[in-house]
Amino acid sequence: MKRSLYFWAGAILFLLATLVMTQVIGNEYPFFAAYVILQFIVLAVAWSILGGYAGYVNFGTSAFFGIGVYTAVFLVKVAGAPLGVQILAAAAVGAFLGFALGLLTLRMQGIFFSIATIALTIIIETTVTNWRFVGGAAGIQLQRPPVTAPFHSYVQMLFFVQALLVVLAIAVSRYIQNSWIGHGLQALRDDELAAECTGVPTLRLKLLACVISGALMSAAGAPAAMYLQYADPSSAFNLNYSVTVLAMSLIGGTAYWAGPVVGAILLGTTQQLLTVTISSEVNVLVLGVMLVVFVVGAPEGIIGLIRKFTSRGEGKR
Amino acid sequence: MIGVLLGCFYAAVSLGLSLSFGLLDVPHVAHPAFLVMAAYGVSYLNERFGIDPLVAGLLITPLLFVFGLVAYRIYYETFERRGSDAGVRGIAFFFGIAFIIEVLLILQFGVDQRSVTASYIGQALRIGDMRIPYRLVVAFAVAVGLTILLTLYLSRTFMGRAIRAVAQDQEALRLMGANPVRIKQWAFGIATAVLGVSGALLVIVAPVDPTLDRSYIGRTFCVVVMAGLGSMSGTLIAAIILGVAENIVLTLFGASWAPAISFAMLLGILAIRPQGLFGRRS
Repeated sequence: MKRSLYFWAGAILFLLATLVMTQVIGNEYPFFAAYVILQFIVLAVAWSILGGYAGYVNFGTSAFFGIGVYTAVFLVKVAGAPLGVQILAAAAVGAFLGFALGLLTLRMQGIFFSIATIALTIIIETTVTNWRFVGGAAGIQLQRPPVTAPFHSYVQMLFFVQALLVVLAIAVSRYIQNSWIGHGLQALRDDELAAECTGVPTLRLKLLACVISGALMSAAGAPAAMYLQYADPSSAFNLNYSVTVLAMSLIGGTAYWAGPVVGAILLGTTQQLLTVTISSEVNVLVLGVMLVVFVVGAPEGIIGLIRKFTSRGEGKR
Repeated sequence: MIGVLLGCFYAAVSLGLSLSFGLLDVPHVAHPAFLVMAAYGVSYLNERFGIDPLVAGLLITPLLFVFGLVAYRIYYETFERRGSDAGVRGIAFFFGIAFIIEVLLILQFGVDQRSVTASYIGQALRIGDMRIPYRLVVAFAVAVGLTILLTLYLSRTFMGRAIRAVAQDQEALRLMGANPVRIKQWAFGIATAVLGVSGALLVIVAPVDPTLDRSYIGRTFCVVVMAGLGSMSGTLIAAIILGVAENIVLTLFGASWAPAISFAMLLGILAIRPQGLFGRRS
């Protein structure tokens, strides 16, 4: 219970800090960069609910993200819906998609599941590309509505909204890790057959994880439409999102909710710096190299390394 | 007709994967990236020295073989030997490799499309009203040849039989005093070496760009899974089915739907009949 208290105190402090930042810092650029990092934290944390706890490598992050973006685009075009509605609707659509994906693919294991999620991504992307109403292959321009108080600019508001989503995602992930859902997922990750035999409802748990993870990912994608003021299928559904998120989670370590957060902050910041100082190609190269190095050298991620060192220290004493 | 030829071409680019993923169970997501890399090698040799693309493909085959040996060794040392959890991290590993290759190609050659020149590219064979591009005929011939060659290799030679034995029962092989890892490494080397000619075909049939591997993830895996893991002749038939299907959808609905076909078929097969059409039981 004490840990919970610390956690929520930290979350509230974090939100207050972001709020203060939006009031104090006048320059827009820091928010532009920080928004992307926050977005990746949400994605990585959401990915880990299925990918980390249950060990099902989902390459469909781009599908959920893109669906979030396009749900927002659709709502803006049809009804000029406000940001909150966009995010909620995106989460609902993401949850539904997660459910459908789960029903279709969760009986498969290992690489078959991963390949199936890539397949789904491309199929959805192609469908959106052929859907004229939301711009088709050429993409679509969007107009931001006027910003509401107390924020000075729309980017700052998006930044704060994404910070809220970060807290929500982490809270959900943390809750799952410590509840029977998380224990069940970990059991089926270690040995699915054994888990099934001892009465863990594996399929239902996986479905649940897939739905929650999908809803969070789509919710994280929804504000991106307004952030870029533009959306097109090939960038909204870009496989880079999937691989980036995968890399962040694995680098951080997937067994604890803090892993993806650490990974996303570390890799997200590096990427922002690299994109600005060198080029976006080098950025992707670094991403690939880091992914391979960590997968080969530190399979438990940074969190795993830290645990290893601290427990070794205890052993000596 | 074009669909059948196209299918043979898909078979040629999928055979390597049929060996590495189908028989060896390596989650080789980087296969299409290796393929595109080979195609770039061919196009480089062609441009620089004017070597015929197919000959260039043969020239880089030994290099690719060694590359395959090394790649499998790394994969084995880091994942298979540690055992647990190899699946999840193995996929991530190969995806990382694919990304690195993609970016290195972009940094080295830029994002523009590359193609090759040879006397038979651009010409077409006319039978009545039909025009059949020679490049597809070449692809067809090579694909059939390659399939026959690999089938013979796997059924007639000692090493080929050993590879199939490894796919069936590793432990039994170990008890017979053979080293399964050696054999698998050898097989992976061959699977990669085949890509020399496959890459040549890839760049003969159409220009390549560094991110082409993404659409070929769908095609190659669709073919291999449909074939039923590891069956060479099944690979050829499955690839022809895919080629014909793509061609039909292309003429009925237009090119913008093309990328989704292979993935949709793949998803359908995985959902309905995961052991493939001509599958061995896993």
